[in-house]
Amino acid sequence: MNIHEHQAKEVLKGFGAPVANGVAITSLDQAEAAVASMPGPVWVVKSQIHAGGRGKGKFKELPGDAKGGVRVSFSAEDALANAKEMLGNTLVTKQTGPAGKQVNRLYIEDGAEIDRELYLSILVDRETGKVSFVASTEGGMDIEAVAEETPEKIHTIGITASKGVTDADAEKLADAYGLTGTAREQGNKLFRTLYEAFTSKDMSLLEINPLIVTKSNDIQVLDAKVSFDGNALFRHPDIMEYRDETEEDAKEIEASKYDLAYIALDGEIGCMVNGAGLAMATMDIIKLYGAEPANFLDVGGGATTEKVTAAFKIITSDPNVKGILVNIFGGIMRCDVIAEGVVQAVKDVGLKVPLVVRLEGTKVEEGKKIINESGLNVIAADDLDDAAQKIVKAVKG
Amino acid sequence: MSILINKDTKIIVQGLTGKTGTFHTEQALAYHGTKMVAGTHPKKGGTNWTGANGETLPIYASVAEAKDATGATASVIYVPPAGAAAAIEEAIDAGIDLITCITEGVPVLDMVRVKEKLDASPSRLVGPNCPGLMTPDECKIGIMPGSIFRKGSVGVLSRSGTLTYEAVFQTTMAGLGQTTAVGIGGDPVKGTEFIDVLELFLADPETQSIIMIGEIGGSAEEDAAQFLKDEAKRGRSKPTVGFIAGRTAPPGRTMGHAGAVISGGKGGAEDKIEAMQSAGIQVSPSPAKLGETLVEMLK
Repeated sequence: MNIHEHQAKEVLKGFGAPVANGVAITSLDQAEAAVASMPGPVWVVKSQIHAGGRGKGKFKELPGDAKGGVRVSFSAEDALANAKEMLGNTLVTKQTGPAGKQVNRLYIEDGAEIDRELYLSILVDRETGKVSFVASTEGGMDIEAVAEETPEKIHTIGITASKGVTDADAEKLADAYGLTGTAREQGNKLFRTLYEAFTSKDMSLLEINPLIVTKSNDIQVLDAKVSFDGNALFRHPDIMEYRDETEEDAKEIEASKYDLAYIALDGEIGCMVNGAGLAMATMDIIKLYGAEPANFLDVGGGATTEKVTAAFKIITSDPNVKGILVNIFGGIMRCDVIAEGVVQAVKDVGLKVPLVVRLEGTKVEEGKKIINESGLNVIAADDLDDAAQKIVKAVKG
Repeated sequence: MSILINKDTKIIVQGLTGKTGTFHTEQALAYHGTKMVAGTHPKKGGTNWTGANGETLPIYASVAEAKDATGATASVIYVPPAGAAAAIEEAIDAGIDLITCITEGVPVLDMVRVKEKLDASPSRLVGPNCPGLMTPDECKIGIMPGSIFRKGSVGVLSRSGTLTYEAVFQTTMAGLGQTTAVGIGGDPVKGTEFIDVLELFLADPETQSIIMIGEIGGSAEEDAAQFLKDEAKRGRSKPTVGFIAGRTAPPGRTMGHAGAVISGGKGGAEDKIEAMQSAGIQVSPSPAKLGETLVEMLK
């Protein structure tokens, strides 16, 4: 689960990390009060959307030479004018895709006097199975580009879980950043604070880009991007409060209510599959035969008729869907359960597009019988290859 | 021969008394008499578990007790996500040789903690978030459907459950059969990696060919390809067919499996396919043609 920058900063502040003062606003009235509550002389107005590249992003509704999604303002009037231009408009960044994202909230923050911009992230390194710090002196830049062009400027430091951040780890990080004096002392403390926040809140990514050294040689968290491990949210009800459903696809929200793994895509063939690997492979084979998948959907191993019905309804609610492929290899999942769910869903919502069903594995004969006896206009397929060819043909002609 | 498990493997079930544990233990017992020997439950030690067909197994309060009483060397875990890591740690502490964790949804930082302990122990962990292992006609640990298997010569290993079934079913239909199938699981931090299983398949005289199924995320497939390349230089190689799921997956989205995500421009399907091909693996573009591709390769 992703959260907004201002929420990430609130979490980090709670652990004692140095973060500038700021206020999140969703209306111009609130913006006015927020600007007035800060001393200046610099205000930073930042779009709060779940996507990176905001500073270089462009607003769809504004002229091409208008400023981006993060704006530095040198007077209260200027800050408010910026807020007015940004709020409610659609920001397109390299991470949002061409459709962009509507900016429903802004974060107005005290400006800082920056001397140096650094990069810090914490993540789980799957190669080593350890929580690792990634450090670079090239802050404020696209870290993937830094990794590509100057990999020697990226330092990775793995942390041993039973020990936490040791003095040696902290020294290595401080050296990697070239910190001295007060900044070094503050850095040593901050590395431990951030690790504590990461591990105690089950984060999957904590990225601070940039982490800054101010002109007075103090360390400050200038931007923060945090994602949480969805599998651990059950033990963090406080973090669940931060979920912003306006950032998510409506179909994905509906799917999550039924515990379905669903991801909306741009294509024309809706897929319902059991198992994440087979669901991905089904998307791939649709593409292989010349069409595009409309979604990823794994109904999981323990799906009930209700869950399958819900899944089918979510797929058919997508206006781009011109055909549906149901691909089931029953292991724990029984084919008869899937068949009943599909029949029930079609009865409930109707079927306006071609439907290809491929069933294999546990209770396959019972499943096929249910489909055959339902009188539904279903195209049966023998295997995955056959199924993909049939649905692509039905949609593309 | 098979790898890791055979008809003599004795297995303890951690989480036997739950619905999932019960169902799959009944299935395992029914599958050529897989030696499920005991269950564990902290509060139900001393009682018996009874399956739908009247089968009974003793329940012990801990894995250590169950191991002492039965001589089991393997355990399978059907404990819910919140307690799964503790269950693995208990099995490590009890000195279980082969621990298989079926549970999906284990918090990744729990696995980081487990991994450190595991690396310092002689135990092997398969999973979590995996379908388990299967040696046809001998032993079934986990949730794979027994009916699609047939004793034979192909070693199957995969990060995905249902794609394992595809590979197994296709090799059965092609008349090749399997020595052992191992589902290593779809989580980013896990016990057994591709390389560990490939080593065993290369060393097993009855395994004459291999099907390896990967997916997007991480670099385990690239590591495995490099391993096969290095082993081939030492004169050890077996015909291998591969498949990578997720060619069409959008970057930055987690595709069902916690580990299936392209992040920071890394873990994409094309890099993996290229690495596998360069190691002499025949990568099938279609998941429906794994068996066919292998048959062609063996001609």
